Amino acid sequence: MFSVTSAPLSVEALTTQVEASVRTRGEGCGAVASFAGLVRATHQGRAVRYLEYEAFEALAITVFRQIQAEAAERWPGAALGIVHRVGRLGIGEASIVIVAATAHRAEAFQVCRYAIERVKQVAPVWKHEFFEDGEAWVEGAIADPADEAARTRALEIACA
Amino acid sequence: MRVTVRLFARLRELAGASTLVLEVAEPATVATVWHAATIAAPSLVPYERALSCAVNASFSRMSHPVSEGDDVAFLPPVSGG
Repeated sequence: MFSVTSAPLSVEALTTQVEASVRTRGEGCGAVASFAGLVRATHQGRAVRYLEYEAFEALAITVFRQIQAEAAERWPGAALGIVHRVGRLGIGEASIVIVAATAHRAEAFQVCRYAIERVKQVAPVWKHEFFEDGEAWVEGAIADPADEAARTRALEIACA
Repeated sequence: MRVTVRLFARLRELAGASTLVLEVAEPATVATVWHAATIAAPSLVPYERALSCAVNASFSRMSHPVSEGDDVAFLPPVSGG
């Protein structure tokens, strides 16, 4: 349920896996929420040709599991799946798929949002944008999983 | 002692290599290894204040001790999702 792959991502496949993992646990699964991040055709007014994603795979998987552990601490019984694509991606392709499965609907949305915010803060993955007129690495947060303020921010966004 | 440095994304491009094998004096920390990496690849220097690091695929601090054969990764700011 946590992987980095150069193969196209499937929301349906991950949903099936995550739902099955909690179907008979606790109250059971009454809701799944999924998020797919896609390659957009423009970035700050520039036309995007394609993107390349690079990851530190071993550490990324550890981080995804850590995000699941954090989510389970705040939302007991929640299950999470996170898969990230690497390599060259065209417009409209999914770079990430996240699925959250919970007993009730409100938590499913919250867990899903929490997970994507945490991925953006701490996952060792990098996006290289190729435009019609140049290229650029995107650099966001300095990854620090021990940064409690960042984690609190992600929780606030998830529960807003 | 010998350590392997792994570089990602822009750092990899700046250094022109995804891994560097470096000799560092003992006792060493991640900071010692970073210093050795910047001597091997001076173009890395501007990233000093915007780094994360990992030892043997586990997030670490710059003060973390490093041993013979360790795998030390330097990560520029991330942009997954």
